This record gives sequence, structure tokens and C-alpha cells, in this order.
Amino acid sequence: MVQRPYYSKKVIERFMHPRNLGVIKDADGVGKVGNMKCGDLMELFIKVEKKKNKEVIKDIKFRTLGCAAAISTSDMICDLAKGKTFKEALKVGFQDIADKLGNMPPQKIHCCVLAQQGLKAAIEDYEKKKKSKK
Amino acid sequence: MPIKVYFDYTATTPIDPKVLSAMLPYLRKDFGNASSIHQLGQISRAGIDRAREEAADFLGCQPQEIIFTGSATEADNLAIQGIIKKENPHIITSSVEHHAVWELCQVLGKKGLAEVTYLPVDREGIVNASDFKKAIKPNTILASIIYANNEIGTIQPIKEIGSIIKKANSQERKNKIYFHTDAVQAANYLDCKVEKLGVDLLTLSSHKIYGPKGVGLLYVKRGTPVKPLIYGGGQEGGLRSGTENVAGIVGFGAAVAEIQNPRTKIKNIKIRQLRDKLIKGVFKRISDVKLNGSKDLRLPNNINLSFRGAEGEAIVIALDQKGVAASTGSACSAKSLEPSHVLLALGMSDEEAHGSLRLSLGKYTTEEEINKVLKILPSIVERLRKISGIR
Repeated sequence: MVQRPYYSKKVIERFMHPRNLGVIKDADGVGKVGNMKCGDLMELFIKVEKKKNKEVIKDIKFRTLGCAAAISTSDMICDLAKGKTFKEALKVGFQDIADKLGNMPPQKIHCCVLAQQGLKAAIEDYEKKKKSKK
Repeated sequence: MPIKVYFDYTATTPIDPKVLSAMLPYLRKDFGNASSIHQLGQISRAGIDRAREEAADFLGCQPQEIIFTGSATEADNLAIQGIIKKENPHIITSSVEHHAVWELCQVLGKKGLAEVTYLPVDREGIVNASDFKKAIKPNTILASIIYANNEIGTIQPIKEIGSIIKKANSQERKNKIYFHTDAVQAANYLDCKVEKLGVDLLTLSSHKIYGPKGVGLLYVKRGTPVKPLIYGGGQEGGLRSGTENVAGIVGFGAAVAEIQNPRTKIKNIKIRQLRDKLIKGVFKRISDVKLNGSKDLRLPNNINLSFRGAEGEAIVIALDQKGVAASTGSACSAKSLEPSHVLLALGMSDEEAHGSLRLSLGKYTTEEEINKVLKILPSIVERLRKISGIR
């Protein structure tokens, strides 16, 4: 008998053993998204370096209060954004996160959207800080 | 990992072996349709009759007052929708009802089919009987108040409300007020004698009392004007057409009979002791934890906790990885992302409501199971707090 799990093995794996958990103390950008009504608060921290005049995400970490899906999408967006230029990173869609993690109940897809928004917010925060420095 | 430790008896219970053996003949050789007049049919009819008598005995009513349905949700719907036929009817309910009543009242209200008053609850989740008295209007025709809540196990003052209604009905009123209670969670632990409670309608579920799924019942006091929701062959006194789920009903009857067994009372004391041990142990081992609901006016098998900085669903998934089945207090893990209306009615914040974990015990819960949860829960909460950065 085939048992279709509520979460895929990958979601569970990332939830149980996240690889990108933590805070970057001297982060160049911080994205804080979510609200407690839906139950998820996500923070993404990025460290940026310039490579050939392009801004690249050198390091990215997260901190999340939320369900197993929110924790796993937080961890996955870090993997997908690390080492990428802003332009490349912003191309990562919520569906890419969902695809990487395997099946997820439909009502949890919003956690993928949240992770995508978190990354965008972190980059925007970096840009804002850069502007105010000028 | 397969489930080894079960803490979700409020969601459903395993079938009692005695119940199963009572059912089996009706799934094998005694397969007759209870409406058939031949002998095989009459064997099924006798099985249903016996179950009806057992249920009537448990509730202290007449067998004819028991209507078997396909679920407790259906029974709740029959009680409320079946009676709402008057013009501009007013219903009084609580803000901590099970979805079967809550959603239905929301729909009736939105469609303009009934005016609904949702009684507030105090911080422990209990309806104030004097609030109920004040809510009565000339067009009030029905009150539906849950006996004991499914999320927090809080017990409502049904008897008190019953006597308020009785008094109101004894005065000059155009509309009689009928009183319904959903006693699904209460059945295992509380007195369900309808006369004592003063109810006209009462819902029970089979699978919450170690019976099979797919059967519920509604007690309908003689003379209560309930109309059917389902029409057809006129089974169940015309109130619930459709060929009877004979094996299911027989199992339900056997399960109800088992609650009446004096040993159940002794088991219930043990359940309460184990429950208290678990609560005490959690508070000793984990900081920033809160017990939701009432400390005393609570079903003996219910625990509902909120942990700061750890979300309920995440705790449930992590427990599941260790072979422990539990549940969130919120509906977040099911279909909706909104925190539970019950927990919010207690005045809890969204964050607290999302952080809730329900551990419900039952007659097969062992001390080893309690110890296992006490062993693994602290590290799960600690890990999630590390992930959230909140402690």
C-alpha cells in the first residue's frame, strides 16, 4: 500500500536538520516577513560581496518561528540564493522552492511564497542601507 | 517511524476489541437489511434495536428518542437545521463550539436564515450562565452549547443553562427554546443523563468512545419538532433515511455499553492521574509554557499547552518523527491557516494560539507513553526555540 505522506522526505529532512540556521551578526541586509495571524515569522540575513562589479550573496542564514514547512522553505531559499547575484537570486520563484522540497500540502505553499518574499526583503534592505550610506 | 505512542484520543480512538467482536457477525453472515421482513433482515433489526436500547440506557431516555446518523457532525446539523424552520429564528451558541456547530451557525447567519448570538467565554473558556440568560430574546428558538470542548477540554455549565431555559420556557413565551448539546467529547467522562442536563437534543459520536467511525446519534426528546435533512425510505423514525449501517450501529451500542461498565470509572481516574503527571512533568522540564483552558473544569484526558517561541504544528511534526502522535490546538495544520477560533475566544494572542499543542489521553495510555513524551518534548521545544531565536 502506498502511503502518501503529509510532507515529503525532503521537507522533513530540512525541518529536522536545517543547514542554514542562524544569525549573521554583521549582516548587510535583513529581510523580515510574515505575521503571527498565519503563524509564521521569517528572518533572512545576507552577507554581500562584490564580484566583477556585481553584488553576490556570499552567505545567507535564517531564523524562523513557524511550522515545519516554513522552517524547511527558509532553509531551502538559503541554499537556492547562496552564491548567486541579486539578479539571479531574485529569479528564484516560490515554485522552485516547492519543486526542490517535493510535495507539500496545498495550504503550505504560502510558506514558499514567504521564503521568496523574505529574500526579496533582505536584498531591498541591503539596497536601502547602501543608499543611506551614500 | 510508525506510531508507537498515541496522544490523540480526542481526534479518534482505537476500536475496543469487545466492540469489534460485537460488530463482526454483521459484517459476515448477518448481513441483512434491517428493513427486510425475512429472518436475515430481522437479525439486523434486532442488533440495531439492542444498540438503541444501550444508548437510551446511557442517556436515560426512551429508545425511540435515539436517532442514529452517519456522524456526529450530521447529528449536530440535524439538531440545528432540523429545527430552524420558523421565521427570523434566533440561536444562542458559544464561541468555543466544534466546527460542526460553529461553521453551520456561521453559514446560517451569513445566509440570513438565523440570527446567531455567540456567547463569549472567560479566559478558561467557560460560558457564563448569566450571559446566557441575558442573550435570550423573544425569537430565541434554540440554544446549542458544547458540553466539553474538543480542543481545550473545558466543561460548560450545561445543567445550569438547562435550568435557565426551563425557567424561561415556563414563563409566557411565543417560542419555546429547545436546548441542544454536543456531548461528543464529554461522553467518556461526564454524566450524560438528558433529564439531569435538561436538554432536548444531544449529540454523540461512536469513534470517540472506542467504537467504529461513520456513526453518530442524536437524542431527540419526544415532542421536539425536528424535521429530517435526508428523505427516502423513512428509516430512524423518518428522521434519517438510508439503509442503516448495521455493524457500525451495533459497534456504537457496544461502545456505549462499555462506558457504563464500572471499570470505566476506575480507568478514568487513572487517565486523570497520568494526565496530571504529564502536565506536571512538562512544567518542570520546559520554561515559558502555558496550560490553555481551565485547570479544574476540564476533561480528565485533555492537555492543551502553548510554548513561547515554538509553533504547534512544528512540535507535532517533530513528535511524529519520534513515533508520537499528537495534534495542534489550532486548525492551522488542517485546512485553514487561521488560528483556532476556540483559542482566540479565550483571549489568546495569534502567537500563543499558533504555539499550542494538544495531547489527549485515553484508556490505553500507559505510564511508559507519558515518560516517553516527557523525555523527548523538552529537546524538541528547545530546538524549535533555537530555530526561532525566541525564548
